[in-house]
Amino acid sequence: MNLPNPFSFLERGFSHGVHPPHLKSQTEDRQIQRMPFVAEYVMPLNQHLGVPSKAVVEAGQSVQRGELIAEPGGFVSVALHSPVTGRVKAIADFRAADGNFSTGIQIEADNYSTQAIDANEPIDWQSLSTEAFIAEIQKAGIVGMGGAAFPAHVKFSIPDGSRIRHLLINGAECEPYLTNDHRLMMENSDELFRGAEIIRQKLGAEDTVIGVELNKPLAIQILRQRLPSGQPVRIVPLEVKYPQGAEKMLIKAVYGREVPAGRLPRDVQVNVNNVSTVVAIANYFEKAMPLIERVITLSGPGVTYPANLIVPLGTPIREVLAFCGGLREETREVVMGGPMMGRPVSSLDAPVVKGSSGILAMTEAGLLQKKEYPCIRCGRCVEVCPYFLNPARLARLSRVRRYEEMKGYHVMDCVECGCCTYSCPSAIPIVQLIRTGKDHLRRIKEPG
Amino acid sequence: MQKHDPQLLLQHSPILRHDKTTPGVMLDVLLALSPVTIASIWLFGLSAIVVLAACISGAALTEYFFTPTSKRRRILLDGSGLTTGLLLGLTLPPALPAWMAFLGGVVAIGLGKIIWGGLGSNLFNPALVGRAFLLATFPNAMTTWVEPAGSFWNLPSSTLSLPFTLDELDAVSGATPLGLMKFEQQGTPFLELFLGNTAGSLGETSGLLLILGAAYLLLRGDMDWRIPVGILLTAMLFSGALSLVDPTVYPTPLFSVFSGGLLLGALFMATDPVTSPSTPTGAWLFAIGIGVLVILIRVFGGLPEGVMYAILLMNAASPLIERFTQPRVFGYDREDSS
Repeated sequence: MNLPNPFSFLERGFSHGVHPPHLKSQTEDRQIQRMPFVAEYVMPLNQHLGVPSKAVVEAGQSVQRGELIAEPGGFVSVALHSPVTGRVKAIADFRAADGNFSTGIQIEADNYSTQAIDANEPIDWQSLSTEAFIAEIQKAGIVGMGGAAFPAHVKFSIPDGSRIRHLLINGAECEPYLTNDHRLMMENSDELFRGAEIIRQKLGAEDTVIGVELNKPLAIQILRQRLPSGQPVRIVPLEVKYPQGAEKMLIKAVYGREVPAGRLPRDVQVNVNNVSTVVAIANYFEKAMPLIERVITLSGPGVTYPANLIVPLGTPIREVLAFCGGLREETREVVMGGPMMGRPVSSLDAPVVKGSSGILAMTEAGLLQKKEYPCIRCGRCVEVCPYFLNPARLARLSRVRRYEEMKGYHVMDCVECGCCTYSCPSAIPIVQLIRTGKDHLRRIKEPG
Repeated sequence: MQKHDPQLLLQHSPILRHDKTTPGVMLDVLLALSPVTIASIWLFGLSAIVVLAACISGAALTEYFFTPTSKRRRILLDGSGLTTGLLLGLTLPPALPAWMAFLGGVVAIGLGKIIWGGLGSNLFNPALVGRAFLLATFPNAMTTWVEPAGSFWNLPSSTLSLPFTLDELDAVSGATPLGLMKFEQQGTPFLELFLGNTAGSLGETSGLLLILGAAYLLLRGDMDWRIPVGILLTAMLFSGALSLVDPTVYPTPLFSVFSGGLLLGALFMATDPVTSPSTPTGAWLFAIGIGVLVILIRVFGGLPEGVMYAILLMNAASPLIERFTQPRVFGYDREDSS
């Protein structure tokens, strides 16, 4: 039985939400390991949100690790770099994790290369103007690495007349199983602080807060020990609750402010970045290393040896799983991301991309299939929805395809955190029905 | 590496689920009602078993025969028909003829649930629909109460009477505490009300056991605490105010709460999630409405008891209440979120 914590009002948090089991013990004590290079990589051109990148290499061409292989396709787009020294094998359509084909650059690794990065001169960020800083971030290919993969430089572009006062670093990691941010905060705390300071100075923010859920006491302890002097940075422990890491929930928990519906964090003068993103920014300015690899958690009951790994982008999921001893026979589903918001993987040939925070292999027991029953209007979904929506009603409307009416119930404010489906005793796929409604409404809004 | 990939499912997130299921909720309700059920058998003997069994079988058989063949097995397993049958049985007088109880079960499920579209679609609490039908059809039998028998082998001849043969009930009739209060202005000691050694419906006599069962439901998270708290507080305040006016005519607040079916209704009937508002503000309004109506009917109406009608009336208002009490959506001001 999961009894509520009677003292939770003393901790910083938000209203509603759920308490899924943490399931982090498999990997939280495992040091980040570097995964060896494999034979072939695929870099999809659309691995971030926004406009796909434009390839600037040709098949047959040799590339160095860290070399530019695709330029930004527009403002809401970033550059891509080769994760490995080798030769471009093809530019063609490759299978992505969701099962669709999308254009990607296939690179064959050079077996005899040292895989060292040529230019590792630090970049003098202090002398950069804000505009030049933003351009550098886009050039480095850095996106939000918490899962959404939204280009980071777009978030840093503040329109005239508004300003950022607070920089908020998201170390909540509220998804069960995932420990990649946890380990990064413990092992790369110095890079984290330096990256945060770069962003803070360039955005002209007054202070920095790193928000960490209380179930990561070691990370909180290490960050506090290594707190750099002379920098306005604080560590704020947060209530353990899902979805604490959702941007607007995190702002509510730390500053007690609600971001108005349809607006962005910058409207309350806050800029939120994931821990991994901040470390990637530090790596770029200090080692001139663009975003070509990331830390992911490999976990779940179907993985033979769970681990936290530095994986070059473009590595096929199959190879990552093989490095960890392969899938157990009883694996029934592989998920990219966390168990609450991740996406099912339809092909193991799909690559690890910038937004992949974890790969989970689930077995029958971990999936806990429940039989669906009629809605008994128990109100659990209403009680857990962090946006105070009425998920049961939205699901009911979606079932009978009354999508237009869903708008009146604020369906577009739903962030699809999945708390409703998680808590539904009748096993109604509430958030899935809501996604259907949102997709439909988006499609009729765009003509054609 | 493996020779072949496993066949992968594409179940969408969230792939983690809370382990609570709808049949689990129903099972919790049945467990919570078990102390009261056992007490009713202890107090009223064999007749309690016969009446409860008749109600449950009436409910279960109706559910079974009025469900599409393909869903029949599942519908009985979800436990909601069983819960309705048991709840109905607990609101009936112990000496009620079994065939009436059976008919009550049939009506509860048939008219209370199936014709609305089954579990989750009904507007009124099914058990109370069954009871309202019985009270309207057999007013005599439904208001003939017996004192607790004190013997397990107690079986009034009326219990097993053949359908449509009975005019007079020959049980040793007693008056319920509410009847005594209403018609003779005579109180009943609190301890007797609390422990349940009084005349009344099968499940309404013992306040202690009802509260125990409800506490279990609260702990398991199956019950909205606002509804019972709201009903009981409103009833106490309202009757308290009345008893200040004239303590010889109007009952005390404690008497109001522990007599009749108020506890059973507030803890197990009004909290039926299907027929109560699911918004927090809505739950408070719903509860206050029931509390006021119960005392109004008891004190100023023609009947000694009003819990059933109070809950049924508020059931009817529940969709409307829910519609006007939608919570403020995150990131909106109160005005523009409605």
